[in-house]
Amino acid sequence: MTEENPSQAQPEQPEIPKKPRVKPKKDPRAKLYKPETPLILASSPHFHTRDTVPRIMWNVILALVPATVLAVVYFQWAAVGIILTSVSSALVAEMLVNRVKGEAFTIPDGSALITGLLLALTLPPSFSLGSTALGSFFAIIVGKHFFGGLGYNIFNPALLGRAFLQASFPVPMTTWTWPLTARYADVDGVTAATPLGLFKFEGISSELSGLLTGNISGSLGETSAIAILIGGLYLLIRKYADWRIPLSFLLATFLVSGVFWWISPESYPSPVFQLLSGGLMLGAFFMATDMVTSPVTALGAWIFGAGAGFILVIIRLFGGLPEGVMYSILLMNAFTPLINRYTRPKFFGEIRA
Amino acid sequence: MSSTISLKTEFVKGIWKENPVMASLLGLCPALAVTNAAMNGLAMGLATTFVLLSSSLMISALRNFIPHQVRIAGYIVIIATFVTVADRFLAAYLPVISASLGPYIPLIVVNCLILGRQEAFSSRNGIGRSLLDSLGMGLGFILVLVVLGIIREILGSGSIFGVAILGDWFTPWMIMILPPGAFLTLGILIALANWYNDTSRSKDGGVVS
Repeated sequence: MTEENPSQAQPEQPEIPKKPRVKPKKDPRAKLYKPETPLILASSPHFHTRDTVPRIMWNVILALVPATVLAVVYFQWAAVGIILTSVSSALVAEMLVNRVKGEAFTIPDGSALITGLLLALTLPPSFSLGSTALGSFFAIIVGKHFFGGLGYNIFNPALLGRAFLQASFPVPMTTWTWPLTARYADVDGVTAATPLGLFKFEGISSELSGLLTGNISGSLGETSAIAILIGGLYLLIRKYADWRIPLSFLLATFLVSGVFWWISPESYPSPVFQLLSGGLMLGAFFMATDMVTSPVTALGAWIFGAGAGFILVIIRLFGGLPEGVMYSILLMNAFTPLINRYTRPKFFGEIRA
Repeated sequence: MSSTISLKTEFVKGIWKENPVMASLLGLCPALAVTNAAMNGLAMGLATTFVLLSSSLMISALRNFIPHQVRIAGYIVIIATFVTVADRFLAAYLPVISASLGPYIPLIVVNCLILGRQEAFSSRNGIGRSLLDSLGMGLGFILVLVVLGIIREILGSGSIFGVAILGDWFTPWMIMILPPGAFLTLGILIALANWYNDTSRSKDGGVVS
């Protein structure tokens, strides 16, 4: 390092006197401008925090660690296989797109890793590895890069990958197994409906303790509400996610399902059950809060979360599927540009039309 | 009128450069709806080409007799006649395909591709040119429908023209035989075609080929 620095500085030195020598002769305006002391004009923002895209992304990955660890604890090798497949194929897809587009490799920013990890956490434990890789490829190539890459995608890529898999392989995507640590520990994976499915199709409600710790059947990373809450709160405290979105999402789900439960407690599940079951926690903290696909204004964030919660309850109670977190977030993603437009803050002094 | 354009150009333009589906985005309804299998795509393409050719022949022959104010109604009557012919022919001789295409054969009447060619071309050009134009457009339409059908059938059912080519290891992607698969495949095909056009154009030095 110490030897390289002077050698790098030397070739630059002869270049600096060259420019002023050429320019004053050709352009009389050069009097007005001295290249030695340039005035730097840059557009806002002028104040920078230490937040960069990689920094935010790696913090999100850190926040996903509890849910990932619990997924591995509950579903063991099945979880390891799906997570590794999903993440590695997301990285390979990202690299392929970078190569085709002829741009710098964007793997170090961590966004592809998050997409792969989030997709893996939404998949059922018995899902095949080939299909997992396919979903990851779809998420990165179609969900993210067809729209222009990170920052331009309209829909959350991981959810789009999951929606693709749901439409392509509807049966494997809704075949759930008990965690190996649960009651049938001696058997090599027993199919069982999720708590939401049990309630919807058989009218059986599940114990809330299982929903909290995650010792239930469900997708890899969605079963434990506590693990997701730990990571989600970390994100909110570090301000890497807008607190309004998960709050309004959960609040709307609670209130709307509470109204139905109040009307008829026998036929509709309780709002607490609605909050803790399915992929709501994972979706509310990690997918709805995706900075690219959620509104930028405070009011917009409230509208976004409330809309997602409302759609979610309607899908869960009246739709054909027991779970609707994915579709509710994707639908609100589609509304995000509109919400942004209508909640644009007024300029100071602007007269209301 | 347009004698400066060579006959070959009139014919070739419909296959790639002015391809009805890929370039003009006309006739999307059948292109998306019936291409869940290659055979359906081929049958739809052939039926549309037949209607396109025969109505172009009639309309270019009658172009000086149809009053300008009622020309669209006139075109529709002529097109509907040939659509009925195609519909009844398929129902009589190829009932299986007719059943799988369902309402989309009668719906050829409202295919923008056909009406568009009559309005934009056959009503202003002679019989020979109109036939060449229609043939080119029809071939371009068949090409896209068959390619779409092949891709969707391989991925969605694991077969081509009903012959299974992928073994049991392959899990068919249900989405490909559903409407989203049609939109995805067509979108990707158009993107690839535009990408190819852009790269080949920049090699020529900015000249539109």
